[in-house]
Amino acid sequence: MRTIFASAITDTVARLCIQANSQLPPDVAAALKRANRAEPWPLARETLELLQDNLDLARIRNLPICQDTGMACVFVELGQDVHIQGDFEQAIHQGVRQGYGEGYLRKSLVADPLRRVNTGDNTPATLTLRLVPGDKLTITVAPKGFGSENMSRLAMLRPADGVEGVKQFVVETVRLAGPNPCPPIILGVGVGGSFDKVAALAKHALLRPLDRPHPDPFYAALEQELLEKINSLGIGPQGFGGKTTCLGLAIEAAPTHVAGLPVAVNVSCHVTRRATAEL
Amino acid sequence: MQYKLTTPVTREDLSPLRAGDTVLLSGVVYTARDAAHKRMMELLDAGQPLPFPVEGSAIYYVGPTPERPGQIIGSAGPTTSGRMDPYSPRLLDLGQAIMIGKGARNQAVREAVVRNGAVYLAALGGAGALMADSVRSLEVICWEDLGCEAVRKLVVKNFPLTVILDPYGGNLYESGPAAYLASL
Repeated sequence: MRTIFASAITDTVARLCIQANSQLPPDVAAALKRANRAEPWPLARETLELLQDNLDLARIRNLPICQDTGMACVFVELGQDVHIQGDFEQAIHQGVRQGYGEGYLRKSLVADPLRRVNTGDNTPATLTLRLVPGDKLTITVAPKGFGSENMSRLAMLRPADGVEGVKQFVVETVRLAGPNPCPPIILGVGVGGSFDKVAALAKHALLRPLDRPHPDPFYAALEQELLEKINSLGIGPQGFGGKTTCLGLAIEAAPTHVAGLPVAVNVSCHVTRRATAEL
Repeated sequence: MQYKLTTPVTREDLSPLRAGDTVLLSGVVYTARDAAHKRMMELLDAGQPLPFPVEGSAIYYVGPTPERPGQIIGSAGPTTSGRMDPYSPRLLDLGQAIMIGKGARNQAVREAVVRNGAVYLAALGGAGALMADSVRSLEVICWEDLGCEAVRKLVVKNFPLTVILDPYGGNLYESGPAAYLASL
């Protein structure tokens, strides 16, 4: 049994909130550069270059990459041999409060979806907790902007719809989103599970680095095929037209019921942020 | 084509613009998102004046991050404009000339743009640091309780924008992708 203090969790979450909002994960930054080199359409290339300039300016001027510093989605893998000294959940929320305050990040949360009063400190975090073997604690903070979140969709398809139905739904989601989610986008796709589980799969898929295909060749090929289909739509960077509509797509699949084929698409933008630390 | 414009603008200033042109905008730009738009509608319903002169004005749909000490503004890219669709036609009919945001607009807004000789310009979505770089001053003029959604008066210099909707019904979100696909 290893003891981790709640204060260490708070400090780590605070640091990750700031880090995620000020520098892109290396795989996303590399995908943006690669897309620029492969983009044949001049206006699209210019637009991608400006997105690159934005990353440089954010660093030089000490500004968040995007003003929508997001809902703080926190993913924790908790080793079952860890003992936490103090209140675990409060430690996470306190970390978000601290990070969004000290980092001059935007407070974008309302306490109630209908009465809509800002909580003032970007809490609460959206916490996803998974118990794993061992005595480590791994925390990932993935701030999520809502320009893209609002374009996400879920459907309960019929088993007869099969893989073609899934492909159609994913491509249709991107078409409907058009310029709204700040393309070039990144997609997390969930297939299977139940109504709630499939959305969680799609969200979790966004954590996978873009340079790492699905370990199952069947799904790796499906990811590649979908990416090509999406990048032939012509939407392009910012929706101004071009090849680069989607930088990467990750699928997560799970067992499901004989009667169902749930599919969910979590749309994310070119500022797909995540930062991870291990305690 | 690239055009340089300074606010407030007239219909004549906007008449050369076509979807796909770029604009370097200077002068005063007011910020407002959904919550501020809703309050502006309530003022109009009550016969009260708006918090700023709307004739020839530019409204930027943005909620910036808080500025650090010594900074003029935090990160300040556009939010999704479609959320302002229920409010924009009324403001355009009152003289608002320029809308700045990102993402698609509905038919009522597209018609109001043509009816009034106005334009809808896109700022770069997700490029908050780049957009902030053109801001020379910031003053909260109204509804401070809305936090990042309060109405701010910005003075900008060569704010880089792209024409999405022009006064003649042009729409870059349709013509841009179509032109790219036709080039293949």
